[in-house]
Amino acid sequence: MSATPPVISAQNVWKLFGASPESYLKSMPAGRSFDDIRADGYIAGVADVSIEVARGEMLVIMGLSGSGKSTLVRCFSRLHDITGGTIKVDGQDIMGLNERELIELRRNKMGMVFQSFGLLPHRTVLDNVAFPLEMRGQDRHDRRERALEVIKLVGLEGREEYFPRELSGGQQQRVGIARSLAIEPDIWFLDEPFSALDPLIRREMQDEFLRLQEMLGKTIVFITHDFDEALRLADRIAIMRNGAVEQCDTPDKIVMNPATEYVAKFTEEVDKARVVHAKGLAKPVNGHALEGAPIDGGATIHELARVLVNDNRILLPVANDQGVVTGVLEREAALNILLGAD
Amino acid sequence: MATLSTDIPDTSSKTWSRGRILTVLLVTAFALILAKAVGILPDWLNRIPETMIPPTAQVLDAVFSFIQNDLGLIHVTRFIAEGPLEFLLDTSANLLEGKRRWPHLGPIPWSAIAAVAGVVGYAVGGWRLAALGAGTFIWTAAIGQWKIAMQTMSVIVVAAPLAFLLGLVLGIAAWKHRGFERMLKPILSVLQTLPFFTYLLPAVIFFKVGPTAGAVATITFAIPPMILMTTLGLKKVSPEVVEAGQMSGCTRWQMLRHVYVPAARTEILVGVNQVIMLCLAMVVLTAFIGMPGLGAKLLAMMGSFKLGRSFEIGVTIVLLAVTLDRMSKAWVVKQPVHFERGTPWWKRHQISLIGLGLFVGFILIAQIFPILAEVGRKQHLSQGKEIDVAIKSVLAIDAIKGTTEWLRWFLNVKVLIPFRNTLLAIPTPAFILMVVAFAYWVGGRKPGIYAAIFFTIVAFSGWWDRSVITLYTVISAVALATMIGIPLGVVAARSSRWSKNILLACDTAQTFPSFIYLIPAIMLFGVNDVAVVFSILIFAAVPLIRYTIIGLSSVPPEMTEAADMSGSTRRQKLFSVQFPLALPTMAVGFNQAIMFAFFMVIIAAFIGTQDLGQELQRTLAGTELGKNFVLGLNVSLMALTFDMAISSWAEQRKKRLGLD
Repeated sequence: MSATPPVISAQNVWKLFGASPESYLKSMPAGRSFDDIRADGYIAGVADVSIEVARGEMLVIMGLSGSGKSTLVRCFSRLHDITGGTIKVDGQDIMGLNERELIELRRNKMGMVFQSFGLLPHRTVLDNVAFPLEMRGQDRHDRRERALEVIKLVGLEGREEYFPRELSGGQQQRVGIARSLAIEPDIWFLDEPFSALDPLIRREMQDEFLRLQEMLGKTIVFITHDFDEALRLADRIAIMRNGAVEQCDTPDKIVMNPATEYVAKFTEEVDKARVVHAKGLAKPVNGHALEGAPIDGGATIHELARVLVNDNRILLPVANDQGVVTGVLEREAALNILLGAD
Repeated sequence: MATLSTDIPDTSSKTWSRGRILTVLLVTAFALILAKAVGILPDWLNRIPETMIPPTAQVLDAVFSFIQNDLGLIHVTRFIAEGPLEFLLDTSANLLEGKRRWPHLGPIPWSAIAAVAGVVGYAVGGWRLAALGAGTFIWTAAIGQWKIAMQTMSVIVVAAPLAFLLGLVLGIAAWKHRGFERMLKPILSVLQTLPFFTYLLPAVIFFKVGPTAGAVATITFAIPPMILMTTLGLKKVSPEVVEAGQMSGCTRWQMLRHVYVPAARTEILVGVNQVIMLCLAMVVLTAFIGMPGLGAKLLAMMGSFKLGRSFEIGVTIVLLAVTLDRMSKAWVVKQPVHFERGTPWWKRHQISLIGLGLFVGFILIAQIFPILAEVGRKQHLSQGKEIDVAIKSVLAIDAIKGTTEWLRWFLNVKVLIPFRNTLLAIPTPAFILMVVAFAYWVGGRKPGIYAAIFFTIVAFSGWWDRSVITLYTVISAVALATMIGIPLGVVAARSSRWSKNILLACDTAQTFPSFIYLIPAIMLFGVNDVAVVFSILIFAAVPLIRYTIIGLSSVPPEMTEAADMSGSTRRQKLFSVQFPLALPTMAVGFNQAIMFAFFMVIIAAFIGTQDLGQELQRTLAGTELGKNFVLGLNVSLMALTFDMAISSWAEQRKKRLGLD
């Protein structure tokens, strides 16, 4: 992952809201807390965030409302101009783009899905999905063909002529997803895409989303306030609070080693056995004597429960998806997680 | 109390407290009145001496004549009037009423227009609107008013689209540039309170007498709400929709064209509805500058006390108003519905095709049956004389005659005239102080200061007595309207069925051009002060009833339920729960009632009043633009004083109650 340069790279990004944020940020002494800044009459939407998103990775930004997660993603796409720091997309500083270049970037590289869908009420499903194509001047026939293709992809075939208000919430969000995919973006931003949906539909849409992602392999920044959703989808999770990132790590590591008390509050209630994978818990081989059949490193501890209980080895070899042994798992430690006894 | 006052920072020591300011204002006012009563008040404190009144009208006249002649604005406006605008008006006049101008095609047979109206009605709102649309035009033709109705319509079809376009463009500009909006706002509020006579005279002077002047006045009158609705709609577009547009790579123009304007569709169409209704209201009033049409006919008929014909023309105007209003409102709520895939072209455009077919069909049939093209002089069904006799005989019944005559006598002798004389007897400075005290008490500091400035200007305009008479008419009519309207609203709000029906009636009544309200007033009371007050009263009672019902029924049900469960009686519930929560909304109605009253009192000049309206109407005959402006501004400033005080109160109150 670290071999290729990151798609999005943010360095010390600040976004302040207030009367004259630029000059305030310049004169602001280091180490000022969120509350200090607020006392000065400014709101820190994003506070000194440095984060990178690798190609093909799914980064989930998790936080409660007002934590700055939506603001951060809007800085990535320059829907908000940042107050300080740099954001590079494919190595290009996006604050240096002029209006024309920014429009080109959005027309060719970025797609975004919104919490309340952001559909244009006067356009049919087909015209909504074809909207970004129309804006960049593609001809009518081409854009119709491409739009029909994405509509089929999200499973809305036969609803092309409907208007948004004639669809259910889940269907409307499928339109939103189709629209964001129409231009075949490299980077896909999703701002709480499933929060406005019923729990059952939400689950269904998450599965659908995972299916699409497996097929398309986009670089994704996904925002949610739902920790379970984050655990379910993420390659890495960044947990935000008061505009700052508290911890950014894989789900396994966040659950096993929460960096701060705030993060620990989220992980407390989680059934760790369903989150932690064998490979995440495994230790380096380091000359341990290994015997017997290896277990699948990609399985969660919960999925391995039967093996862990029945096996009587102290150390279990862990193999990756090619069958090569990459580490060892202490059975005792795994059982502790399974029984919630750590 | 003692402990409380130590907690609250005591400002009265530094600045004057509210109560103290009010006391000082009122005590000074009463001292002045007392001084006059005793006879020790010097004359210059009673009324501002003639010598001190600046020659505002003359100065304005000089300014206007400079702009008009020396700067050559008249050439620009005359060019517009004689060029594009006159061309459009001539075209519409040819098509609708058969005026001998290009394209020499008209007049279109009434049956073809009625058919199209029916189809349009069906398209936007189904069979009921189809019947209303077709029925209105059939009635107009059958009653023998087709030609005058089309004279009115031919101005509306030109003025409404132009007002829409100008309003849309200005609205977008105001939304884009905050500076422009800030500049526009005060101009719009003056424009909205300026009496319509003030629109008329400049239009006549700058755009020559005739349809062009009428159209210009109409357009100017109809633009402000379009601007406001456009700006409001654009501001309300959901941020996510805007961001979706940005992320789709829209340029600025694409954002406006494809995202903002379509997303603000509802508000923009509400603006369209208001433009149409104001156009109709104004076109009818252009009768005062001699424009032919329904208004002129109505004016003539009322002038010669032909109640039957007046009544029939009134019905036509009301039908037109209701048709235009219902259709444009149905268009607001109409949402696009999809067609199944593979629907053939003719089916997608079925309704337009039927409309076109009927239009052409009726034109052809009318060639064979001339009665479908034009209802002749002897053929129409007008019952003017019979209705006239009927109305007059009903009014002559002793019981009715006795009642109206007693009412007239009572109101005139016991209420109106004493009240007017009292107001006129108050010395000018005392009057201003009392108004300021009222504005300060109701609205706070800012409205108080504006009240002082505005009424001082009025005092120095040289038309003080007439302004006071105008104000007296407004106050008495609104007071009577409140006594009738609020109890009615309260009773109606008790049952949801009643409130629905009455709200519908109020909405319909509000679409009538104000002129209509004069008809029943003249019928009942003849031509005098009581008729004036009565016409204003019914006009102003409509918003009062409407907002009382809206305010009471929008009280959250959990609050009334809480009151019920606390064991309150109906009366207790009304006074301690419903009224306090509904008052801000009711204040909006009260404010509207006052604005309507100011509007109506000027129109009522036609009946014969002694106020500003009468003078304004007189200026129309001449070219005294300066005087016309001074009079118009006086009305506007008085109206604005009340508007500012009451809306500021309603806003503060709403904020304190945590409503929106």
